[in-house]
Amino acid sequence: MRGYRTLILAGAIAAWTGAAAAETTLHIGLAEDPDILDPTLARTFVGRIVFAGFCDKLFDIAPDLKLVPQLATEYKWSPDNKALTLTLRQGVKFQDGTPFNAEAAKFSLDRHLTMKGSNRKNEISAVAKVEVVDDHTIKLDLSEPFAPLIAQLTDRAGMMVSPKAAKELGDKFGTHPVCAGPYKFAERVAQDHITLERFADYWDKANVHLDKVEYRIIPDSTVRLANLRSGQLDLIERVAATDVAGIKQDKSLKLASIVSLAYQGITINVNNGPLSKNPLGQDARVRKALELSIDRDAINQVVFNGEFLPGNQWVSPENPYYAKSVPIPKRDIAKAKELLKEAGQPNPSFTLMLPVGPENEQVSQVIQSMAKEAGFDIKLQATEFARSLDLSEQGQMQAFDIGWSGRTDPDGNIYALISCKGTLNDGHYCNETVDKELNLARTTSDPAERLKHYTAVAEQLAKDDPIIYLYHRKWIYAFSPKVTGFVPVPDGLIRVKGVSFK
Amino acid sequence: MLAYLLRRLALIVPTLFFVSVIIFGLQQLLPGDPALAMAGEERDPQVIAFIRHKYHLDQPLPVRYGLWVAGVLHGDLGESIRINRPVLDLILEKLPVTAELAGLAMCFALLIGIPAGVLSAVKNGTVWDYGANVFALWGLSTPNFWLGFLMILLFSVQLGLLPASGFVSPFEDLRQNLGAMIMPAFVLGNAIAAVMMRHTRSAMLQVMSTDYIRTARAKGLVERIVVLKHGLRNALVPVVTLGALEFGQLLSGAVLTEQVFTIPGFGKLIVDAVFNRDYAVVQGVVLFTATAYIVLNLLADIAYFLVNPRLRA
Repeated sequence: MRGYRTLILAGAIAAWTGAAAAETTLHIGLAEDPDILDPTLARTFVGRIVFAGFCDKLFDIAPDLKLVPQLATEYKWSPDNKALTLTLRQGVKFQDGTPFNAEAAKFSLDRHLTMKGSNRKNEISAVAKVEVVDDHTIKLDLSEPFAPLIAQLTDRAGMMVSPKAAKELGDKFGTHPVCAGPYKFAERVAQDHITLERFADYWDKANVHLDKVEYRIIPDSTVRLANLRSGQLDLIERVAATDVAGIKQDKSLKLASIVSLAYQGITINVNNGPLSKNPLGQDARVRKALELSIDRDAINQVVFNGEFLPGNQWVSPENPYYAKSVPIPKRDIAKAKELLKEAGQPNPSFTLMLPVGPENEQVSQVIQSMAKEAGFDIKLQATEFARSLDLSEQGQMQAFDIGWSGRTDPDGNIYALISCKGTLNDGHYCNETVDKELNLARTTSDPAERLKHYTAVAEQLAKDDPIIYLYHRKWIYAFSPKVTGFVPVPDGLIRVKGVSFK
Repeated sequence: MLAYLLRRLALIVPTLFFVSVIIFGLQQLLPGDPALAMAGEERDPQVIAFIRHKYHLDQPLPVRYGLWVAGVLHGDLGESIRINRPVLDLILEKLPVTAELAGLAMCFALLIGIPAGVLSAVKNGTVWDYGANVFALWGLSTPNFWLGFLMILLFSVQLGLLPASGFVSPFEDLRQNLGAMIMPAFVLGNAIAAVMMRHTRSAMLQVMSTDYIRTARAKGLVERIVVLKHGLRNALVPVVTLGALEFGQLLSGAVLTEQVFTIPGFGKLIVDAVFNRDYAVVQGVVLFTATAYIVLNLLADIAYFLVNPRLRA
């Protein structure tokens, strides 16, 4: 009798709370709340995930990192690599009905270049002028050859916004963005959800299968997974590597993953203020010894259940621009000890700063104990993230375990971080050869030629070790089996076009 | 009564002034440059300079305080650096959510805490008393987030009865709203129910041993009337104060519960703002919470007057 009563009660609660949903809505669980949804001003990675749903770009990338046309159908470099001509797709409309044409494309690019506070300006600063050639052709004149430009146009710098809406809303455009993507912006409740609705006049509407896409912000990965399991969500991003084994055993869930463009590494302060004046900062042999004391595979196994990909360069070993002549060195304690002896520093000591967080802490602890075997004495300094960036920039660190979220073009993963005048070069490493090769790699659009330059850079960096690259994370997604057509891409963005329900 | 009220109201002004200075000052002690935190991974120097200028971060501290207070006095709490929306909008958007959560949690706390406290006092030393005490100990020592996780696992993942997250406005769909709020409200109210129970119990024990209770019994009143009318009514005075204080706590203390159940309330707003160094949001929310706290205390004092006729004299 009691069981019967419980059953009725359960049924009543279920009926009370159950919602009838006739339209198809894809619920996606995001790990963070995006910042402003204006492609020109936006700063966060997670914002890019949402843009992918409603804001088409000139080009996109495929899972193999190859360029795919989106709002531009063709491109052509001038012989001197100082002008890029783009043919634009015809018959495209923005979500407010404004036609997309050469004028509109010029407007968007000019907005990226000139708007106050633009985060895109730096990415495409090589563009000196945007010219309208005809109604569906534009020409970008560059001040100097800049091969990564095309890759920049596969991201926010290539996003096209409705000139009408952008003029009307000004710097508040992000509160109601209007682009030319498959879904259009409908609603945002900060820290809770962002809703997109199908855009009926989309240029590729045959590939848009759902009525709505709702991004729900759930920072905790365990809670995100629980929401997927209970059916509140259909797809979640950034699944914790440690949850993968459990999900694989769960028949009611599916997994997808891909090696990201990101890297994690130890940036060493070699010349930024007094804190660089220690054996690790001053002697490349000590840095090499540190690298040789680390077993990257072990870190991956211990902390990430083997889900990530060990690496020793700014791009992963799977990337076409990985320098094969500089493979991942094997752990070699004897060699490390020998190098330390040679440097006259058998027991160097330094402080390793790391952003607070279980992952970083575990990785650093593993490194600490590995390096101890070679004679290193590492003190760990877990620091709140915003503070750690501040300290790093000011040179208030000896070594910093920090990641980079990754860019499509290899240049984006290294130039600002290693070149002498790089804005993110917190360790103040500076090497002529590296600078020269990095600049040369920017001047040519031929992949084979660029790989040559990057190989030269990798060889020099392997001697100097200003950053000890450790691993490349994978983007791991879990989703309900009813979701079909989802394809992960190394940039980590979720392309909702093509996704449907079974 | 009126003079007292006016005095209390006048005190609010200097209190809020000090609160505003403390909020503003403490926030500046937070390490980490907000412009740097906002500029994103690229840390473009031009963008950083723009953010500094736009949000007056390049001005001296007293000037910034002056600008902020001037804005506040005009009803402008500033703008969120992160999502470029007015702080007041954000607060007005989140406040009803947390207020509902706190209100429901308070209902749970009162509905569980007071009866349990009365029961445990009246049945002092019996199995009922021990049971209620064990419950209180459990309620006090169970961390919110842990209980939240367990409830999600049981009611959402295993049984599929309640949604694990997803706030719906009560004006949109009351049924879905309550479905989403039951678990978090219980989790949040649970610990307070325990505190309520302990306080009701001790207050009741004290009252029940007084002479007038003995008199009430001696004149032949039924026990129910003795307990509820003569006992509980008098025991409620400290409990009301506590309730008001705890309610203020609930508003700011919903942080963890809101994180676990992803409810877009005050708690999430302030936690995210602190991590993003979104100064205007932190200042706005804290100022608002402080004001709410002060007002609730005032209301509690007024409630004293209503509950206890002796104070009215």
